[in-house]
Amino acid sequence: MSLVDDTATPAPAEKPRHRPARIPRTPMPERDAAVRAKDFEEVTLGYTEEMARAEASRCLQCKNPTCIEGCPVNIDIKSFIGKMIGGDYHAAVAVLKEKNALPAVCGRVCPQEEQCESRCVLAKKGESVAIGRLERWLGDFDLACELEHRCVPEVGEDSGKRVAVVGSGPAGLACAGELRRFGHSVTIFESLHATGGVLTYGIPEFRLPKHIVQAEVGLLEEMGVEIRCDVVIGATYTIDELMTEEGFDAVFVGNGAGLPMFLGIPGENLNGVYSANEFLTRVNLMRAYEFPKADTPVWRGRKVAVVGGGNVAMDAARTAKRLGAEEVFLVYRRTEEEMPARKEEVHHAREEGVEFKMLCSPVEVTGKDGWVTGIVANTMELGEPDASGRRAPVCVMGADFTIDCDTVIMALGTRANPLLPKTTPDLELSKRGYIVTDEDGATSKPGVYAGGDIVTGSATVILAMGAGKRAARAMDEWLKGAAR
Amino acid sequence: MFPIVHARQLSDAVFEMGVHAPAIARKAQAGQFLMLRIDEDGERIPLTFSDWSADEGWIRFIFMRVGKTTHQLSHLGVGDSLADVVGPLGVPTHVEGLGRVAVVGGGVGTAVAYPVARAMVAAGNEVTVIVGARNADLLILEDEFRALPIKELIICTDDGSAGRKDLVTAPLKELCESGAIDHSMAIGPAIMMKFCVATTKELGVPCVVSLNPIMVDGTGMCGACRCSVGGETKFGCVDGPDFDGHQVDFEELMSRQRVYNDDERLADAEYHKECSCHS
Repeated sequence: MSLVDDTATPAPAEKPRHRPARIPRTPMPERDAAVRAKDFEEVTLGYTEEMARAEASRCLQCKNPTCIEGCPVNIDIKSFIGKMIGGDYHAAVAVLKEKNALPAVCGRVCPQEEQCESRCVLAKKGESVAIGRLERWLGDFDLACELEHRCVPEVGEDSGKRVAVVGSGPAGLACAGELRRFGHSVTIFESLHATGGVLTYGIPEFRLPKHIVQAEVGLLEEMGVEIRCDVVIGATYTIDELMTEEGFDAVFVGNGAGLPMFLGIPGENLNGVYSANEFLTRVNLMRAYEFPKADTPVWRGRKVAVVGGGNVAMDAARTAKRLGAEEVFLVYRRTEEEMPARKEEVHHAREEGVEFKMLCSPVEVTGKDGWVTGIVANTMELGEPDASGRRAPVCVMGADFTIDCDTVIMALGTRANPLLPKTTPDLELSKRGYIVTDEDGATSKPGVYAGGDIVTGSATVILAMGAGKRAARAMDEWLKGAAR
Repeated sequence: MFPIVHARQLSDAVFEMGVHAPAIARKAQAGQFLMLRIDEDGERIPLTFSDWSADEGWIRFIFMRVGKTTHQLSHLGVGDSLADVVGPLGVPTHVEGLGRVAVVGGGVGTAVAYPVARAMVAAGNEVTVIVGARNADLLILEDEFRALPIKELIICTDDGSAGRKDLVTAPLKELCESGAIDHSMAIGPAIMMKFCVATTKELGVPCVVSLNPIMVDGTGMCGACRCSVGGETKFGCVDGPDFDGHQVDFEELMSRQRVYNDDERLADAEYHKECSCHS
């Protein structure tokens, strides 16, 4: 601690006052829709250094910045942009990593328009600072550096405590990084053969390149996090075994909400019907787009109907396009207004030729010789708002139209995987099978914490990361208490 | 990496392989399965345990050489490694309090019938084993079954080159009709299980089947393995692989098993083009 009261010290006279540039928001360079819809290369190209500096210079450096409140992990946005304005990128990265271990990932997939950017003072006047794009640029800047120049957050003094983290998705990674900073030894158990969870199996390469995910996960390993793939907690080890036989003092459960939902309509088990999870896992994790070089195949439909209106539905639709589908329909029972997907994803999907069929609710998948031939659907209209606050779709015409297609992808969300709770009977669950926790992620079982989709149901990467970090802080307290 | 510690060719196209995987071996139970991936480009395939040793830290499985992955696998031996082995997955076979049981194994399903029969015997049931194969050369694990304290081992071959010249359903039917069994379990190709189910259903004997749908992750995440059981959709990997055979929609299962037939033929052809070392 400094003995000088910083807040009372006037800014040094030699530091020039920041004059925000009055320029329009810098657009993100993107690949042409017609070209990119044929391959799996990244859609957005990222800012150049000049663009990043120009965009950063738009920041007002508000005395009381409101953007920070909009960030689920409270990144000191003003500070990192301030450092960017000054050209000190390494320092800017350090500020980011103070709160977020995965800036290159979050810069790409966070819904900033609903979070930090919506709180930007400039947003009121029109265009907020492109905080997410700046975060991405810094994340990429860090990853482009030689390892010794990368920002690896400092690890705390060894506490002698061991923590097991279940799942290497956003919640688990954020929790693991934070626990290392507190000096605890951390082992992540991942059930798949690759780390990253939904970042790897779910979000497509063209939106989040896998080498970015692997590189950011690699920095956690630099911090001393041990990662063990191919271990299913609930099968290979139970939580109790981790805490007794394997010698872990605490466990964080961030295994996600893994089970895909279906509509429960006739014909859903026909060949050519996929859950979005399966379709995306085949393509992203197993690289089916490289078949037969990669061994996992995927059925490449010519006419594909994707059912749902979230980001996963957009990902599936755009992936189908890239696998060579002539027509891809997005079937949603409300209107574009109510779609939970990010505007940017909707816009990209439309640019790439995905055709939107709104107010359309499937009632049957039709088939011939075991294979899909189409969808029979109801025409809907919007009625009164429902529990979600969105206007509920109401059927106006029953089974009144059909969509010809040879593939149907159900992107309806996921529910809790029972594998882990089944072997941990003293873990309190909600009626829908999610793990019940307090605000800090503590479960009903002492020393066991949880966060991410397994607690909240399907949500976003950054919310899961926020939950992982909060739990890490609570676990740190608990571990200190347990040491007494 | 998971080192291969045992490799044995059981017949022309059937192989047994053992892998060092102590954490899995410690937990494996009859009827459960593993997912494996040979290398970075490999697909994930499910294989049911044929044996394991918790003390020695190994697990074994038996596979038939049919497509690219199983071809590749058949060329690996002791000293090689598999990139990934995950398990034990699925619900273990229910073996308690069954009474007099017939366990039917067909083809490579016989490999799964072995630990199932062993566990049923250990649980105090009276077990009759029926093993089916196309011919004597394809018959596997006969000695292992004979070493178990089972009531009887009935061998059936299509051509009569070993045991009875019959389908497995013939002795199964006799056992049901004579009231010699209270329960049955069938493990083998879908078509065999379908006929075992038809035989037992008619005579009112329960028949559990171990389904073998296509899987990707094997932990409930993808739903590739969904099957209709009693009119409800179930996931083979987490709800199964064992189900009440009388409730299973076998036509759907068999149709779903064929989704990637064309792709598999292509992958196999490409593999044989590249790999001329083992012909």
